[in-house]
Amino acid sequence: MKEFMMIFRHEPNPAYQPSPQEIEAEIKKWQDWIGGIAAQGKFGSTNQLGYEGKTITPDGVVTDGPYAEIKEVVGGYVIVKAESLDEAIAMTKGCPIFDHGAKVEVRNIMQLEF
Amino acid sequence: MQPNLTHLFRTEYSKLVAVLCKTFGLTNIQLAEDIVSDTFIAAAETWGKKGLPDNQVAWLYTVAKNKTRDHMRRKKVFTDKIKVDIEHTSPNSTEMELDFSTQNIQDSQLQMIFAICHPSISEEAQIGLALRILCGFGIDEISAAFLSNKETINKRLFRAKEKLRKENIAIEFPKKEELSTRLETVLRTLYLLFNEGYYSISTNKSLRKDFCLEAMRLTLLLTRYSITDQPKVSALLSLMCFHASRFDARLDDSGEFVLYEDQDISRWDNALKEKGELYLNRSSTGEALSKYHLEAAIAFWHTEKEDTTEKWENILQLYNYLLQVEYSPVAALNRTYALAKANNKEEAIKEAKKINLAKNHLYHCLLAELYAKEEAPKALEHLETAFKLAKNEGDKNLIQRKIQALK
Repeated sequence: MKEFMMIFRHEPNPAYQPSPQEIEAEIKKWQDWIGGIAAQGKFGSTNQLGYEGKTITPDGVVTDGPYAEIKEVVGGYVIVKAESLDEAIAMTKGCPIFDHGAKVEVRNIMQLEF
Repeated sequence: MQPNLTHLFRTEYSKLVAVLCKTFGLTNIQLAEDIVSDTFIAAAETWGKKGLPDNQVAWLYTVAKNKTRDHMRRKKVFTDKIKVDIEHTSPNSTEMELDFSTQNIQDSQLQMIFAICHPSISEEAQIGLALRILCGFGIDEISAAFLSNKETINKRLFRAKEKLRKENIAIEFPKKEELSTRLETVLRTLYLLFNEGYYSISTNKSLRKDFCLEAMRLTLLLTRYSITDQPKVSALLSLMCFHASRFDARLDDSGEFVLYEDQDISRWDNALKEKGELYLNRSSTGEALSKYHLEAAIAFWHTEKEDTTEKWENILQLYNYLLQVEYSPVAALNRTYALAKANNKEEAIKEAKKINLAKNHLYHCLLAELYAKEEAPKALEHLETAFKLAKNEGDKNLIQRKIQALK
């Protein structure tokens, strides 16, 4: 089976300040969705990214924030195992990010041979 | 064998073999086993004629020492074979004296656990050796548990011992940098050993319980040593305690499986449940979250008989994490059942159809459970498929009972 990375992209919304209950409900939605992929034996790994970050340019300039020039930020990723890109795309069904109007980018992971 | 000798055999066999192996090296494991067997035969004969000695354990140790000395005088093995090994490991011990101090017994046992649960030995062989060498089960008991014959088990053990010899595995504590991965193998084997008893296809209830208790005894032993007393060891022990607390309730007197919903709570063992909680607390230190932590927490929630949303929501989330740590078909099925309980059946049925386990009878049992009375024809269809796929009598009986209940 091949591996694919689902990259979650969204535009940060500083006005969105969820309550602890809302955060809990959000975590549950994500875990139920990821659990569904894991229950098929197709889960690889996942990580959520925080908002702390800087961008470094080739000339050594360090700018604040991961989203200095682009609106969208990467919020995290899930690596899944699938036979094809289409299968990986089908797995995004039910992904909670869509509830926020944000996007998932699905990319194949290259197998480098040494 | 007399009842107290049977008991002693179980507790002392593994200690004697461990100390002898520690002295002779694992390459002479068969010799160690022969000497210990001879010791027990002598005990059966002598105690039968003269009555029980005051200190039976001390008697066994003394006789084992004498038999070892006799053996070495009688046979040329000492000069030919063992002496080379001994001089190799401890140059000063020309006069053989077995050390049966509590400390040496414990050290030897623990080192034996690491030697037998060695990554170069197959899992199946590890379990066989563990049952025989670490737990002192007889060949007939092991073959009964595996519904196999003595000859097959003997062959399997013989091959496993050959492997121990060939790999030249030393009886020693693992090196510090290897401890973590070696301990992982040990825990996996103890976990499987416990499951061998808990989920065995044998209907011999007392034997199955003994397997579980032995796995627990060895895990407990690991918690008594500072180097192996790690959080995940406590987590495994906690898991075992929670499961074992339902042992009497989940099997009826004929050894048939009793469904969770039908279990008589008064037969749940509260003392074991409390031990489970104790070790679960003990396991919650450090950073690492092992699969044993997650499984222990799930088992904890199952000791709460009342069906609350909180309970099933917790179980669902624990399964979600567990499957991310390590996939297994059983966890996938249980997670889907928890999804029905925590969320709803429709969602669970949808998710169940995504998991590709159509050849597993439990998959069809799960779908039947989800369709239930509301969609009886579909439920029946899945139960009938499950019946065809089920491999052992116990499972078939259980499915048959479900079919009857639905009709």
